[in-house]
Amino acid sequence: MARLLSLTLNGRARTDAVSDNLLLLDYLREVVGLTGTKTGCDGGECGACTVLIDDRPRLSCLTLAGTVADRRVDTIESLATDGRLSAVQLGFHEKLGSQCGYCTPGFIMASAGLLRRNPRPSEDEIREALGSNICRCTGYVKIIEAVQHAAKLCAQGLAP
Amino acid sequence: MDALPEFDLMRPRTLDELIAARTAHAGSQLLGGGTDLVVNIRRGIVAPPVLIDVNNIAELRTIKADALSLEIGAAVTLTELAAHPNVARHYPVVAQAADHIAGPTQRNMGTVGGNLCLDTRCIYYNQSEWWRTANQHCLKTTGDICHVAPKSRGVCFATFSGDLAPALLVLDAEIDIVGPAGRRVMPLADLYIGHARQDEPVTEANGDGKYFLSLRPGEFVAAVRAKNTPGLHSAYDKIRIRRSIEYPVTGVAVALRREADTLADLRVAFTGTNPRPVRLAGTAELCGGPLDARVFAGLDALVRDQIMAMKTTFTPGHYRRRVAGVLARRLVQRLFDGGDAHSGMLT
Repeated sequence: MARLLSLTLNGRARTDAVSDNLLLLDYLREVVGLTGTKTGCDGGECGACTVLIDDRPRLSCLTLAGTVADRRVDTIESLATDGRLSAVQLGFHEKLGSQCGYCTPGFIMASAGLLRRNPRPSEDEIREALGSNICRCTGYVKIIEAVQHAAKLCAQGLAP
Repeated sequence: MDALPEFDLMRPRTLDELIAARTAHAGSQLLGGGTDLVVNIRRGIVAPPVLIDVNNIAELRTIKADALSLEIGAAVTLTELAAHPNVARHYPVVAQAADHIAGPTQRNMGTVGGNLCLDTRCIYYNQSEWWRTANQHCLKTTGDICHVAPKSRGVCFATFSGDLAPALLVLDAEIDIVGPAGRRVMPLADLYIGHARQDEPVTEANGDGKYFLSLRPGEFVAAVRAKNTPGLHSAYDKIRIRRSIEYPVTGVAVALRREADTLADLRVAFTGTNPRPVRLAGTAELCGGPLDARVFAGLDALVRDQIMAMKTTFTPGHYRRRVAGVLARRLVQRLFDGGDAHSGMLT
């Protein structure tokens, strides 16, 4: 079966016809054309597909598109405003939190979710909040420094 | 785009609509967070024709917790449960167990009902279609033998690994079951029937890794309840090879009461070892004296008799059973000593 899906995606209301078995990840990438969200393991183990639903990090590869009706979904594409990077994006850029880059959108969305509810996280809180994301390049140290730097930028008034 | 197999998605708004949908569609499955079910659909392990999303039903989304009693709706998320101040204060074992499940993103999705009814797992089961085909499938799907125990004569040994069950079992929790015939209440312990006894037929009270819940057709768990016991101290701990998103080597819940220097009550439950969560039988006989070598030797003997870890994960069964005993001992000592009992997870 199919249904009309109405949601707020990256701050804009939109409506699409979606089939019941369509995953949110495939809706974002194939229907809407937002390819910033990555397909990684397809099994909820790697976090590359992390998006925010009502400000909470969730795995779009395990979420059916039909279940996010009337919810607020934010992807990596929502963070920059007028070509200016958000605090978390700047943190990852300046502190070299990204190498091959494939996991980066997931890490940035999980980090943005953390900073939206806890703007001054401790290192332990950062490690805990990123526990659902896997990076095979960086060894995580640079990623943690990136989020710490982003928290400083947030304190200076930049949106996460 | 690699589409999932076809199914219909239903999104009831009330418990009555949910019951009606479940009754009308015999092969339906309830969709909570989807962190296990959607993976299994993608891997071709299950193919329900209808999924019923339970996340819009307000009656299933409430937590009532105070110093006297605890009631948790089945669609409460694990994040909500772990963060509830009264749960953490009065029922620490439950909050700690919720906080030990998978990683933070999975906990934002996963539900209490989904964790209580979590499908059993095995390295021969939680694999892709081509992997399972290349290995002649297994008993839990369409195969003829259990690869973990090839001489098991039709008994499946897939392992139950939910974390909330042992925590609630040591609190003597009961569950509300709702179905076409109405509502019934039963002890949580009676939900789990994965005894995996060989040479005995599968019945409503006696199942294995494949038939591990006593739910009748169309029934589902709507809520779980527990009462507070004055003076009972409780804690949960789990060992994983990796600290986040990993199936357990073992998880242990302990609740005990101390009167002066006497161990007055002791309850221990395990997950990640057997086809059911195991509330250790025989711990009452260990009570009544000081916490000494006799108690620990007795505890070790009970673990040896009742914990039946098999080669269902990457860690061998005998290792998981030893870890179960060690973890239980540590928690018992810590709670008896009045320690804060917070997690001592290996990293």
